[in-house]
Amino acid sequence: MRALGRIATPRAAGLSVAVLTGYGLAAVLGGLAITVFALLLAAGDDAQSPPPYAYICRVLGFTLWQAFLSTLLSLLAAILMTRALARQAQFPGRMLLLRLCALPMVMPTIVGIFGVVAVYGGSGYLALVADAVGIDWQPRLYGLAGILIAHVFFNLPLAIRLLLPAFASVPAESWRLAAQLGMGSRDIFRIIEIPLLRQQLPGISIIIFMLCFTTFAVALTLGGGPRATTLEVAIYQALRFDFDLRLGAMLAILQVIFCAGGAWAVWRAGRQMVLGNTARLVAYRYDGRASRARLVDFSVIIFGAIFLTLPILALVQRGLAGMVAAASPASLLSAALVSLGLGLAGGLTATLIGYLIAQARQRALLQGRKRGAMLLGLAGRLGLFVSPMVIGTGIFLAATGSVDLYRIAAAGVILLSAVMALPFVLGVLEPALEVAAARHDRLCAALGLTGWNRFCHIDWPTLRRPIATALALSSVIAMGDLGAIALFGNQDMVNLTLLLYGQLGAYRLDGAASTALILLALALAFYWTIERVVGGRELH
Amino acid sequence: MRLKSFLKSTILVSACVVAASSALAQDKPVLTVYTYNSFTSEWGPGPALEKAFEANCACDLTWVALEDGAALLARLKLEGRNTKADVVLGLDTNLTTEAKTTGLIAPHGADVSALKLPIAWDDADFVPYDWGYFAFVYDSEKLKDPPKSLDELIDGKDAPKVIIQDPRTSTPGLGLVMWLREVYGDKAPEAWAGLKPKILTVTKGWSEAYGLFTQGEAPMVLSYTTSPAYHQIVENSDRYKALVFPEGNYMQVEVAARVEGSAQPDLAKSFLQFLISPEAQKVIPTTNYMYPVRDIGADLPPQFSALPQPEKSLLLSPEDAAAHRDAWTKEWIESVSQ
Repeated sequence: MRALGRIATPRAAGLSVAVLTGYGLAAVLGGLAITVFALLLAAGDDAQSPPPYAYICRVLGFTLWQAFLSTLLSLLAAILMTRALARQAQFPGRMLLLRLCALPMVMPTIVGIFGVVAVYGGSGYLALVADAVGIDWQPRLYGLAGILIAHVFFNLPLAIRLLLPAFASVPAESWRLAAQLGMGSRDIFRIIEIPLLRQQLPGISIIIFMLCFTTFAVALTLGGGPRATTLEVAIYQALRFDFDLRLGAMLAILQVIFCAGGAWAVWRAGRQMVLGNTARLVAYRYDGRASRARLVDFSVIIFGAIFLTLPILALVQRGLAGMVAAASPASLLSAALVSLGLGLAGGLTATLIGYLIAQARQRALLQGRKRGAMLLGLAGRLGLFVSPMVIGTGIFLAATGSVDLYRIAAAGVILLSAVMALPFVLGVLEPALEVAAARHDRLCAALGLTGWNRFCHIDWPTLRRPIATALALSSVIAMGDLGAIALFGNQDMVNLTLLLYGQLGAYRLDGAASTALILLALALAFYWTIERVVGGRELH
Repeated sequence: MRLKSFLKSTILVSACVVAASSALAQDKPVLTVYTYNSFTSEWGPGPALEKAFEANCACDLTWVALEDGAALLARLKLEGRNTKADVVLGLDTNLTTEAKTTGLIAPHGADVSALKLPIAWDDADFVPYDWGYFAFVYDSEKLKDPPKSLDELIDGKDAPKVIIQDPRTSTPGLGLVMWLREVYGDKAPEAWAGLKPKILTVTKGWSEAYGLFTQGEAPMVLSYTTSPAYHQIVENSDRYKALVFPEGNYMQVEVAARVEGSAQPDLAKSFLQFLISPEAQKVIPTTNYMYPVRDIGADLPPQFSALPQPEKSLLLSPEDAAAHRDAWTKEWIESVSQ
């Protein structure tokens, strides 16, 4: 495929304005990271005590271990779920289940923790059922188990959302051929699905690994004590508690090294898969029709759906019960508008930047510049690799005395949440662009279609669905933002997440539960609207 | 929707968001107060204080609401002389020494003679605006026979489970470390070892802990003696009660200060004086659920007067707290990680 791409893509057309902008944006992101680290490292004074190496090693060991297990479990579950969902393309509630998958992305961590505890905690649903049935059993949530459950709850839906389009991208012809050849489930898994997973899993696993690696409140709260300290806690401790900027920067660099190392290993393990040029018919999975396959698939789907929806159900229940203590309609409305506005602006920014970077990366790939492509991908994932707290500290350190960040708080929040959402946009757009390039590059080259013309006539119609998914995902992530908005602390900019934390901090737990419910419902509607309006209907 | 019209409308929307948030030009002088965000939320004291202060100051009081006291101090250190803050509000005595070493704290110049705290207040830089006692709060429906002393909590064989906060990330968590140190001195690690089996989990902040507690995860949580007042006043419920121990309860005093080199020194001074005025102090009890720093007479809700009072108030001097904070936190990590 690479060879074909090389022949088909004239080098002269390799550098369009869009591609150059993509490189420029990636360079800005990379430059930002370097500036932040340089400033922090220079800010430390020499009187600081030497770093507590033993403590850091212990923390690093635990962080890696729980992140590894969390990623492994999330991916295994995601493979099972996605395969079942791909084979059973039509059943009532399928779309709803897929949309619910967007919820853990918007959920403030503390709300997710309360949801998990409401199911698996000492007085949660499970304990209640056990008690009602008369089994003398107490769930032991706090410890590694609690961390893993919460991480799978947060990340399984994301993995499904990212993995499912890959299954859908296998051409209908392949499935027909598989049916004609009489391939069983095992053959299909070996010949079609494993190569597909090898292509898709690396990118997804690095996102999930990073999310689990940089975990903070989940590990502390559900981990049961300081033994469950992650590197992110140590970074917080250095930047806030000890104000040792140099140690904070060093720990953050350690984090980047581990992530970049992981990403590199994962990229090496990944394989390109040639999907070929097809008529883009709707794929029908004949292998999902056998009754045994249906039994297996629906068992997996039901189990997965219960796992995902129980905590959400608990939150809905608490939210409804808390409605009597809800915040005033005026503050809820204004917070909802701020959430939506910042979410949409952050999502659009992230999607635009992500599209340009993904396009530049695609061009680099076609030109055989693998290293360039990898650097572009890495720069776009800055928000995943570098602790948000480090970015925030660095920005304020860089700006002080020259730029009044408090005056441009809205722009700052939008840009920062866009940087945070960018990795997810790339996770969606990079594979989609690869498929699109394989399908249309030669045609466009032959027709001399380039630039804006090509985007309007070729790329937009075929890519609008993945673009819509990227926009919906990033908007919802930006909508649930807490880090960026709390960093600027503008008193007039209160989104639903901040409102919720305000309620929690003032004993208003019932009111906070109702705010959480409103946030979730709004996110669901938001996600659905964006996918529908921007994504249009399925192209058949 | 057509692509072009879609792009147009989105650009319009984002432009509106940016424009709406940029502040309009103000003629009045602006007093910028850095604080933590639960202070300025609509349930915190911020909105009422802002209204009352602005009524007389001919100024615009602007809050910058950061995550917590630690974030506040870190921001002040980051910005140094370039800080926009005229006043910082929301540090506690564990952080004041460190704040002073930045050289950014100016003498308050306020008249503090009317203050009424369990301890004498003679700090020339920081003005206290509320205070409370850390305490274990329990659920009386689940716990009929709560521990009667710190000793009993630590040594008790069947002592109930408790949720506490991490001293590295939360004020009550650090308060408990200081508390055990005050009571047990060098034997604090042994006390922690005794307490460890009773700890259900250690959370990042107070909100997580209190949320899990009211969700029924544990019958006890580390909070304040004033927490039950909230449930009595707002929920009309006597279910949650605070424990005072014969060994004494550790105090928290929250403070505010003026920033050196601020463009509004007089406004900042009058704000600090306002902060300890009866008008401002009567807002504190039912917003922050802490004690006011002066006698506000009938403005103190009766539920507060009925709260249990510790026989002994424990509080380390800011200098001692600052000097030992790191070492004692490390000691805590070691004892609780075993």
